[in-house]
Formats: sequence, C-alpha cells, structure tokens
Amino acid sequence: MTVTTPPPDPARTPLTASGAHGEPRREPDGAYLDHAATTPMSAAALAAFVAEAQRTGNASSLHSAGRTSRRAVEEARETLAKSLGARPSEVIFTSGGTESDNLAIKGIFWGRRAQDPRRTRILVSAVEHHAVLDPAFWLAGHAGADIVLLPVDREGRLDLAALRAELAAHAAETALISVMWANNEVGTLQPVRDVVRAARPYGIPVHTDAVQAVGQAEVDFTESGVDAMTITGHKLGGPVGVGALLAKRDLALDAVIHGGGQERGVRSGTLDVASIAAFGVAVRHAVDCVPDRAARLSALRDDLVARVRAVAPSAVLRGADPASDDRLPGNAHFTFPGAEGDSLLYLLDSAGVQASTGSACQAGVPQPSHVLLAMGVPETEARGALRFTLGATSTEADVDRLVAALPQVVARAQAAGLVSGRAMGGMA
Amino acid sequence: MRVLAAMSGGVDSAVAAALAVEAGHDVVGVHMALSRNRDQFRTGSRGCCSIEDAGDARRAADVLGIPYYVWDLSERFEDTVVADFLSEYEAGRTPNPCVRCNEHIKFEALLDKATALGFDAVATGHYAQIESREVALPGGGRRTVRELHRSPNDAKDQSYVLAVAGPERLARAMFPLGGFASKDEVRAEAARRGLSVSAKPDSYDICFVADGDTRGFLQSRLGSRPGSVVDVSGAVVGEHDGAYAFTVGQRRGLALGRPAADGKARYVVDVQPATNTVVVGPAELLSVDRIAGEKALWFDGVLPPVEPSPSLPNPLVEPVETPAAVVPSADEWFDAEVQVRAHGAPVPARVRSIARPAGAYGDGIPDGERPASAADGSDPSAPAMEIELTGAPLRGVAPGQSVVVYSGTRVLGQATVSRAWRAPAPR
Repeated sequence: MTVTTPPPDPARTPLTASGAHGEPRREPDGAYLDHAATTPMSAAALAAFVAEAQRTGNASSLHSAGRTSRRAVEEARETLAKSLGARPSEVIFTSGGTESDNLAIKGIFWGRRAQDPRRTRILVSAVEHHAVLDPAFWLAGHAGADIVLLPVDREGRLDLAALRAELAAHAAETALISVMWANNEVGTLQPVRDVVRAARPYGIPVHTDAVQAVGQAEVDFTESGVDAMTITGHKLGGPVGVGALLAKRDLALDAVIHGGGQERGVRSGTLDVASIAAFGVAVRHAVDCVPDRAARLSALRDDLVARVRAVAPSAVLRGADPASDDRLPGNAHFTFPGAEGDSLLYLLDSAGVQASTGSACQAGVPQPSHVLLAMGVPETEARGALRFTLGATSTEADVDRLVAALPQVVARAQAAGLVSGRAMGGMA
Repeated sequence: MRVLAAMSGGVDSAVAAALAVEAGHDVVGVHMALSRNRDQFRTGSRGCCSIEDAGDARRAADVLGIPYYVWDLSERFEDTVVADFLSEYEAGRTPNPCVRCNEHIKFEALLDKATALGFDAVATGHYAQIESREVALPGGGRRTVRELHRSPNDAKDQSYVLAVAGPERLARAMFPLGGFASKDEVRAEAARRGLSVSAKPDSYDICFVADGDTRGFLQSRLGSRPGSVVDVSGAVVGEHDGAYAFTVGQRRGLALGRPAADGKARYVVDVQPATNTVVVGPAELLSVDRIAGEKALWFDGVLPPVEPSPSLPNPLVEPVETPAAVVPSADEWFDAEVQVRAHGAPVPARVRSIARPAGAYGDGIPDGERPASAADGSDPSAPAMEIELTGAPLRGVAPGQSVVVYSGTRVLGQATVSRAWRAPAPR
C-alpha cells in the first residue's frame, strides 16, 4: 500500500474573501438598483462566515468545540446589541425577517392573550410587509384575532390620530401594535416613537419591522421604546437566512418554533454559527457607516429622482418628500401612468437595469401594491409602479444607465399598456 | 429576432422555447395567468393554468437560461373566452374555448402586448406549420404568401384551432414544433435538454372547467333553469335543469324516463334557448350535408384581398401589393375539404365565400331560419361561408363550432358554424 500525503485540512487553510477587507462583494452585472430586495454581502462579513463555516461545533455543546462556537455566537450577539442600542439578552437569533415578524406577531399575541383572553385585537399599519400582515390575518382565521388596519396618509405615513382613537376605544382588548420603521416600497419612515408614546399609557407592546432601516437610518432599540424589533442580515451586508428579533425581557412572548430550547426557549434550533458571526460583523459595519452612507445615498437618490423626472416627465414620485427626513436615503419610487410595472421591469432588465415593482407577486402575477392602494393611489396607477433602491455599491454610473434606458422603456411600456388595456385608466 | 416564447408549463411549449433559443433568437419566456383564483383551476400537473404549471414553466425557463415573466391575462380571458363559453351555451350553441383562446388571448392579447414591447414574434408549442411561398402576381412580379399547414403529426395537429388567428397574426407566430412527427420525439428533445417536464402528461380538458364537469361549471355560473325535454313531435319526454347545458349530438346525460316508442337511442337534435327547450330525436336527424358559416376568414392568397392592418407593424410580412388569387374569387364554388371538430377527419366539400345580405343565398332556406343573418345581431354583409358536403353526411355539427377549410395540408379559411342542415331534396 502506498502512503499518500493527506489532502490539506480545509479547516487549517485560511480562505480569503475576494476584495479588500471591508469592501463589499461584487454586485450583479449591470445597474443593480434593487438593494432593498437584497444587497451584496460585505467582504468582512463573508470572511467571518467562511472562518466559522470551516469550524465544527454545536453552540449548545459543552465540550471545547461547542464552546468555541458558542463564543462566536455570543460575540456576535454582543456586537449586534451594542450597535443597535440593545442588551445582549434581548437578541433572539432567527432565520430572517419573516421568521422574526412571525415570532413577534404570533408570539406576542399568544403571550398577551394568555394573560388576558380579552386581548384579541392586533393593530397593524395598512402598509406593513406581508411578513407582518399574513401572520396577523392567519391569527384572525385560526386563533380568533381581530385585525385593525391602521390607515396611512398619501405619503404612506401612519395616521396617528386613527391609532390614538383606536386605543382610546379598545385598549383593553388590544394585544399588540406593529408598525414598521421604514416602508419597503416607498421608503417612508414611520413615527415609531409616537406610536410608542401612544401605546405606553395602556401598557400595549409595540413591535416594529426595521429590516429596511438598519444601515440606512439611525435605529436604537432602547431609545425607540419599542418592545420588539425585527432585523435581518441580507438587507445590510450580511448573509441571507439569518436575522433577529430584539425583544425586551419582560415582554410576554410565546415560542413559535419548539424544540431544544435555544435562544431562551423562544426560538429552538441549532444555532447557525457562521451566519450569526457574519451577521454581527455586518450589523456593526452597516451601523457605523450610517452617517456617511445616508449622506452619499441621499445625494445619489436626489440626482436619480431629478434625472428620471427630466427624461420621463409623466413619472409620479410616491412616498415622502426626499427633502424631508422622513424617507430612506436609498429609496426612489415612481408610478408611470399608462405603463404596467412588469413591462417596465422586463424592458429595463433587457437594458441591463435591475429594479423592482416593489410589490408582492401571487404565483408570479404582479398584484397592485397594497401599500400604494392604502396611500390612496388608484389601482390603474398602482400597476405602473417601479422602485429603485440604492445601497453601498451604488454609483453614479448606475443612475446614468437607468436614465439612458428610461425614455424608450417608458414609451414602449405605455404602448403595451395601451394595447393590454390594463393600465389605461392611468393615462393623463 | 426578439422572440417571446409562450410557456404553459407543458413539454411542448418548453421544447418550442428551447428550439427558439437554439435557433439564435433572443428569447423571453412568458407564462399567461388566466385566472385570478388559480386554485380554482384544475390542480395537478395536467393543464396549463395551475400554480404547478407556472412553476414548471419557470423551471424550464431557468434551465434554458432565459428571462421569465408571468403576464396576468385573467381579465381578458374572463371577458372573452369564458364569457363567450357561457353566452354560446346560453344561446344553445356549442363553443370551442380553445379556438376562442387562440383568437382573443394567445394571438391577440399576448401577441399585441409582445409587439408593443418590441418582440418580433411569439413562439408557441403548437403542432402546425407556417410556410412561406412565392407566388406570381397577375401584373408580373412576385410576392411571398404565408400559409398555415397541418402538422405531419396527424394525432396532434392543431391547425384546426389555429386557423381562427388568421394570416396577419400568424405571420408574427412561430411554431418550432411544426415539423415534429410525433410527441415522443418532442419528449425526447425535452429529456435531452434536461427539461423536467419531459414526462408530463398531455392536457385535454377545458382548463377553466374543474374536473371536466362542463355541466357543473355552467350550472354554477348560469344557475338552475328547469325546463322540458321534448321529442320531435313536441311531446314532453323529460325534464332538465337548464337547456344551456345540452349540445346538439349529445346522447349521454339526458335522463329520459321513458324509452322512445321505436326503442331507438335518442340524441339532442336542437336546443331552443328562447323557450328553454331541449329537443331529442333519432340519430338520422343529426346528419347534415349543408353548413353555413359566419365570421369567415380566408388565408393570404386564397380569396379576397387581405389588407394588412395599419395599426400593427409586422416585421415578418412584406408589403402586400396585389393579392394573388389561388382559388376562384368570392361567390364561386371550389372543391376542398372541411373539418368541423378538433380531432375530426376532414371530409370532401364544395365551398364558397359569400359576403352579401341575407335573402340572396338561392338555396331555398327562408331568411328567418338563417342564423348567419341579422337574426342574431351579426352583420348580414359580414364575410360568410357556405359549404356543401360532397361525400357522406356528417353527424353532430352544432352551431358555434368552428369549420376549417383545407386543401390537402393547407388551411384555406375558417368560419363559425351558424347553421347546419340536410338539403331538402335527395342529391
């Protein structure tokens, strides 16, 4: 038998991520203007991921391999907590934003109702993501919840008077309130602190989905006063498949996923050490960068808005005034009268520009956005929506490419809209 | 060329898209969503319209490396195909929704939107061939005519349901499977390319009718309307829940309490919506040798000139100068074959095109009995068609069906049957 040299042990061979430390990975080819869908992972996060993924160890094990993994998880927890103004014990790692929202809505509803069966009302803004709306409506169908959709104004901002009136009339029956930090479609920042102020006298817990906000706006869990906050990795330079729910220790929160009792029994399941380590690195980097990035992205976004309006005068900007402080710096959202969003999307994609209609699909069929409808946009106009979102890797060249393609794209899409008769009502 | 591949999620359209890609075209896959509530459509993997089918189409597009979109044509589908299906049955006629889908959805809504978005052609997985042929013009010169021909695969041939699209629209269509002689070959092509739909069963039923229960679907949409079943003498022989659910030639589902006096099987021979009456009679009454068609349409170079529509740019068709008459002009009888159902055999016939008011037919049929005339609100001067079968009579030709005129493999024209009858005198 021949003696062969054993192959190199991958665990001992350090892998280096491409690009300099701290630089993000390459984004998709062409002009990628869909950072709100997902944004490139930072090189530092990728390096942390690779380093941990090469190690073997279950963070719940007591032996040395387990302890090493546990340490990586707890360091990430501390990093993340510090960056977001929370205590480490308030961080519950999950698989991402959707799971965190499900845990918040269902867990708080069940916890609060166990304390007092009269508390069946769930108050959510009408512009929440489906990850909040759908668990709420599921509870309505399966657990006797009553859902109250709180109205928003024409810019997508919560109607605080409606919230206060609702609380004045039904506080005793209210289980929780969920209002997002920033809207994923039109980028409008919500008055979360005012929601907390309105809810506090009644002792009603407030959840906020902040997946779009962290890394683009200042977000501080404790200072905001909310009881629970959803965050996710892949919107801020971390990996897909990891997120967290920040939850106050005194919050009544039932588990949704049961099992081995990890994450203080609220979220069982073996911890994804590599993703969590990368998540911690990504959150710290994203939060540290907020002041600079917000300034840079706002300027780039304002340029994008001005140039889109110049080449496509029929475009209608939706959401809060970019000049105000009420809009995510990387968000621009338009409706194009007479055009259908998926036609615009296809034509832009052909021209190497990747954007989004911003709204959900049902089996691939674009639906008029519930966010725009809640803002009072007529359905025909809502069909012509297009969202452009900027991120760490966005440049002026991306905007140039969009602006160069847009006039013909809009003209073609409007011609197709005329033929299909679907978007005609939106013609001026 | 920029080609839109209509992808149903079945094997045929997936291979058609693959062939378009391999021919060097710039291809985008589009799946048509035809119902808002797709869970109400037939589930399983047999059709074109379920969520599973949309997923299969997406997967095939991914394998081919082409962009994939879902276009919501559900409103148009409901307003045209489903509405026509209901109103035709309500009027005592027998619609073919696949024909109407080709007419209004695939080769109108889809094609027009594709054209507006800059596509040069729409590729589908239909079994039929489009052939270009040079013809001499009477005044000298030549031009290209586009012809629709049968597939060499007789069992799968779909020229019958495609004819309604007409020459102008089919000139912007592409049928990459047109030359395939068998479905097995198509499945083999799918398997060779790693398309997971290669073994997917064929679809047969009407996609928007769950479980193939047409009567149940009609009842759910049109409601219960009890009425009488009578024999040809007018005697009541049974009851029904709605005359709309019956179609001429039907035998099953009549639920007649008493057998006929002569003991023979009875068939639906007429549906009279005005009185909500179903008439039954012996099989002989179903035999016809005369067919009148409305909404007649003739292919390029066959009969009267086909003017290209100025509103639609058509990169595949050269400018038409003068039509080249291939068969005699309007009003003259010519010999051809006709087919009256999707999987029927063609039968020999004499055919002529007519475009003139009712009363001028010269066949002894009173105007009032000719549904092709203004009696049903249609334009009496609209193009129509008359057919005399020259071989054996046909059974069960119902108003509403399509009749397609062939010369060998070539489609000459098509119409919707407005009336079918037996010539009064023996021939």
